[in-house]
This record gives sequence, structure tokens and C-alpha cells, in this order.
Amino acid sequence: MSHDHYQVHTAKIITPSFMILLGLTIIGFVLIGIRFIKGIGAVSNMSDGYPWGIWITYDVATGTAIACGGYAMAILIYIRNHFHYHPMIRSAVLTSMFGYGLAGFSVMVDVGRPWNAYNFFIPSKWQANSAMFEVAICVMSYTTVLIIEFLPTVLVAIEKTEWKSLQTLLDILYRKVGVKHPKYLEERLALVKDLASWLGPRLDKVLIFVIALGITLPTMHQSSLGSMLLIASTKLHPLWHTAFLPLLFLINCIYIGYSIAILESVISCYAFKRPFETRELAGLAKIIPWLTIIWLLVVIGDLAWRRQIAAALSFDFYSLFFLLEFCLIAGGSLLLFSARKRESIRWLFVSAALIVMGGALYRFNVYLIGFNPGKGWHYFPALAELMITVGIVAFEILAYQVLVKILPVLPKLHTRAEDDAEHGLAEKAV
Amino acid sequence: MAQPSRRQFLKIIGLTGATLLAGKNTNASETSAVNNDTLGMLYDATKCVGCKACMSSCKRVNGDYGALSFEQASFDKDGLWDAPKDLSGSTRTLIKLFKESHENWSYIKYSCMHCQKPSCVSVCPVSAMTRDKTTGIVDYNKNTCIGCRYCQVSCAFNIPKFQWDRAIPQIVKCDLCKNTNLIKKGISACAETCPTGAIMFGKRKELLAEGHKRLEESPKKYINHIYGEKEAGGTNHLYLAAMPFNKLGLPLLGNDAPAEFSEKIQHTIYKGFIAPIALYGTLCFVALKNMKKNDSRNKHKDKTKEEKRDIK
Repeated sequence: MSHDHYQVHTAKIITPSFMILLGLTIIGFVLIGIRFIKGIGAVSNMSDGYPWGIWITYDVATGTAIACGGYAMAILIYIRNHFHYHPMIRSAVLTSMFGYGLAGFSVMVDVGRPWNAYNFFIPSKWQANSAMFEVAICVMSYTTVLIIEFLPTVLVAIEKTEWKSLQTLLDILYRKVGVKHPKYLEERLALVKDLASWLGPRLDKVLIFVIALGITLPTMHQSSLGSMLLIASTKLHPLWHTAFLPLLFLINCIYIGYSIAILESVISCYAFKRPFETRELAGLAKIIPWLTIIWLLVVIGDLAWRRQIAAALSFDFYSLFFLLEFCLIAGGSLLLFSARKRESIRWLFVSAALIVMGGALYRFNVYLIGFNPGKGWHYFPALAELMITVGIVAFEILAYQVLVKILPVLPKLHTRAEDDAEHGLAEKAV
Repeated sequence: MAQPSRRQFLKIIGLTGATLLAGKNTNASETSAVNNDTLGMLYDATKCVGCKACMSSCKRVNGDYGALSFEQASFDKDGLWDAPKDLSGSTRTLIKLFKESHENWSYIKYSCMHCQKPSCVSVCPVSAMTRDKTTGIVDYNKNTCIGCRYCQVSCAFNIPKFQWDRAIPQIVKCDLCKNTNLIKKGISACAETCPTGAIMFGKRKELLAEGHKRLEESPKKYINHIYGEKEAGGTNHLYLAAMPFNKLGLPLLGNDAPAEFSEKIQHTIYKGFIAPIALYGTLCFVALKNMKKNDSRNKHKDKTKEEKRDIK
């Protein structure tokens, strides 16, 4: 639990990519404004036949799976006892925090009467039969848990800061107004620092219980995200409607979690010009195919049991999407069985991307593509609807970029080299 | 080091799997009984003349209470008619004409089926959809509804409708005039208005008896089936017709309520919240143990490092 495994990435905050992401974010938020003034129909193609569109399918059902990096890494580190992956946890928790926070935000955009959401906290209104009630409560608690898990990072940053940018800002302000620095301000700032250094070690001691909660909650709500569609027995295509939906969604989010951890690491190392974490990633990649094999076996076994194999191979609209999903996941997993390919950053990236795409397509198939409410209903997202999703995702990436540059999130480079050397020695000794 | 933890992990997986399987068998016999003393309607398509008086009376009576407005057709520039195309955020009941040929045609009325085991009530996360135990009326409360539209996803009949064009939207569906006509006159507005007696209002057992009587008296006139008697666990809105029901836009459904299936799985997994607590306890135990192991190893590592430095 040592804090000196991490470092602040020192680089300029305002870059061209920052400006592009900011532009997309602003467009998205303007459209959200229109949605609240003119109603959901003004920006989306959702209808009474397709009451859930791209916002629920992507931002909530798929977005939270992509945000399962923190969950998957926590299982690996704390439960399966692989503490040498510990330096990767902070960036995973940060992206999970954003993923879940923004899924919650998207829900508030998507629901028609968000001002009534306080009913989730009134026990007489609780409805334990509803998978959505379970998902909502768990997602809210998990977002809180992720914030607590991330808090030590912020506390360390506060302890070490000298408030330079704040001081210069205040200097400018006071010069304009023409008053001297009041003393109490510095005292207050010192107090905040003291508080942070008091809270930090105490939080570290109980953090493991929060982390265990952070593994329990996703196990619950990721399976419940699958349970949500159990009720739509007449609308969801039999290729996907099965009693195993909760189990399939749970395994699905774990292998997506590891794959996304690989993608994030490769992309951020490439973008921030850091050396690739090939050894850790190869280790992660070794786990993925076993999970996907279990998942694929459940899928095939279930289809055979329900006599739907013929439907899967009929090459109609639904069958094609099913086969695409199946082949993406199976293809990515096959690549990862080869030890040589696991050592290559390029192949790691390709296979992890295939698995994330296949896993995400599975969730799209369940929530949207395999969903048929009856004759006469069609759905394809409107441009404005898509731009709201794009804006929310852009905001997520933007905030990640900024936060790794002001908080110690990424693994420290020289300790990693040391760790490598030590690990190498230990392995030889064994 | 990895070996024992992997075994633990597999143990947890195995245990949860075993409890899952065991649970499925014990809960299987639980089914809710149908209550035939609840209120409903019997719509006889062979008696309907398509005058749509039921539609206009529904809007007249429930307009203010249910936030129902008139819907203008594209050809009707002056707004003379109320011309809804389908059930919508402004229309709770609707008459449609299905015409196969000049000889073969039938009117059909759509509105909430008031299921015995309603999916919408089962899925609503904040209990905004409720089913009254004595009357069997499936009602909606906009003051608790969060607008998630899960009721729409779940309904096999596509009945609940959402007001897509409003900044303050709500769900719209038939409530058997629970707060309007039923209080004042003891009958729903559509059944009261119908000039040909195509809509019969009453208790489910009376409606079923009447339906079976009509089927027996004139078997050639009807398809020999009361739609809603068994469908989706039974509904309180029942249908008689001369044409196959699925041609009239009523879906072909099994006799099991979809909500029974989904609730059984959800409760099997959760076991009254014991399963999540057990999972949390196990995870805490394993994580703590691993942490301690790791800490002692780190201390050992630090010591050896210091020793190395000392030697240097």
C-alpha cells in the first residue's frame, strides 16, 4: 500500500487533443441542455417500442463494463494475491471512477423524471423484485467506493502541494483589488494539509474493507445488468434470452476489464511517451483466454440445451450479429493463447481490442440489436443522441488526461525498473 | 504463492455455483394464484362497430387527470379531429380496424391488460407501478416515477407509453378510471359509453363465465379462445374475436408470466441478501490475509535491501 509507487506525469495540460475533446464535450452538453428544455424526443430517436436507446446501451450497459478495469484488477491483486500488479491499480481505479460516474450522469440525462430519483433512498419505495433497483443502488454505492479508493491519491497530492498556482492566482486577484494577503488564509491552507496527512494513514488502514466492498458491488450489479433483460422474454431474440444472462454478463465484464486495462496501459504509454509495461500486460493477457473460454462454453452449451444452434447458424440478421460477437471474442482469445504473441505489444493491443469489441457487441446485442418489440418499430440513434454520448465520453478522456498530470496516478518509472530486477532475481532463485 | 490463492478462488466460485443450483430447485414450486374477484373488462370484437365513442369518452373523463391531449392528423390543418395513430403519451385506449379482405375484417381495442402478475410492477425500481390487491387495477403514480421506461421494455403488450415531446414527461396507461369514472359511477368510461355492449365491465370471474357462455352459444362466430384467460399468467382485460388474435395485434404468448421467471432467478441469486453479505465476508477475509502476507514480504524485502546497502 506504499504511496511511492506512483508519480505525477509532468507535461503540458493544454494540448491539441485537449482542445478537440473540450469542443466535443461542449457540443454534448449544449445538446443535453436542449434535451431538458424540449424533451427527450427532440434529440433522440427513441420510441415507445425502443424505450432504451444508445444512452442506456452504450453509456450504462457497455460503459460500466469498460469501466470494470478497477474491478478486474482488484480481484487479481487482492484476492488472487498478485501484488506486483499493484502499481497499475490507480489508473484503473481512476478510469473506473469516471466510467461509473458518467454512467450515472447519463442515466440522469436519460430518465424522464430525474427529480424523483430521491425515491431510491426511501425504504417504502424499494422494490427488491426489480433488477434495475439493484443496479441503481449498487452503481451509486460503487461510485462512492471508487471515490474513497481514489481518495488517498488526492490526499497525498494535498500533503505535498505548495499551492503554487493558487498563490499566483490570489496574487493577481489581490493586486487588482489592491489589498494585502490576509494571514488567516495561509493558516487555513496549512490546516487542510494537516487534515490530509492525519486522514491519509487512517484511511489506508481501513481501505482494504472498502476494496473488498469494491469487489462485491460490481459482482452484484454486473450480473444484474444481465438480469435486466430477463423480463423481456417475448422481445429479446432467443439467441440471447437465457436464464444465464446474469452469469454471462458477470464473466463478460471481467474479461472486458482485463482487456481494457491492457488497452489503457498501451494507449497511455504511447500517448504520454512512457516505456510499455509489457511484462505486466503479458501476465494479464494470460488470464483473459481462460475467462473467455468459460464464457464461450456457457454460450454454446446453453444454445445447445435450448436447441438454438440452428438459429445461430442460419445467417439471418440476428445470426450474423451473434456470429460476429462470437468470432471477435474467440479470435482475440486464440491470439492470446500464444506466449510469443503475448510478449508483443502490437499483438496484445490487437487481441485486447478484439475482445473488448466482441464483449461490447454482446451487450449491444442484448440491449438493442437482439431486441424486437414487434412489427413497425425501428431504431437507429439520432445524430444529436450520438453526440451526447460522444460528449460524455470525450469529457471522461479529458478529465483522465488532466488528472494524471496533476495527481500521482501512473506507476513510477524507476521503481518499476527496480521491481523488474528484483522479480527477475526471485524467479531465477525459484 | 499463487497456488493456495487460486485454490481459494476456485472454492468460492464452486460454492456460489453450488448454492445457485440448489436454490433453483427449491424455489421452483412457488407460483402466485390468479384472483378472479378482481375487476376487468371483456371486449367482444364481433360486437364492436368501430364508433370510437370509448376513445373520446376516455379522453373526456381522464384528460386532466391523465395529462391526455388531442392528437392532430397531418391532413387535419384546423385540428377538428382527435386522430391518434396508436396508443401514445396522450392516448390510453384506441380502436383499430384490421382488414384482411372485404369479407374478413375486425375491429380491435387496445388498452392496458391489467395482468394478474404484471411485468411493469415487477420491474419498476421505485414502486411507481402498483397493482391493487382487491381491485387488481395496475396503476401508475407519476409522483414517484423516475421516467426510466423499464415498464415499457418489460411489457409484452407494449402498453405503457411515454411523453417523448414534453420537458416534464410521464408514463400514460389505462387505470380503469380508478380516480375518475370508477369512483363516481362504478364503471370505466369506455364500458359505460359503448353503445353496442362490446365492452363488458365486471369481476374477472363474471367476465370469464360470460365469455365461455358466448363461445358455447355461438361456436361458429368466434375463435374458440378467450384471449387473456391464460396468456402471460392471466390478464383482467379479456378478448373475444372472430379472427386469430395475433393478426389483430395481440402477441402470441405462453401461459407463464414473464415476471415469475425473472423474479425467480433474481431471488435465487440473492437469497434475501444473504449471498452478497457472504461474498463480502469471504472477500474481506481473503484480501486481509493476502495483504498481511504481502506486507511481511515487503518488510523482508526492505530489510534485505538495507543489508545490501550496508555491505556496499
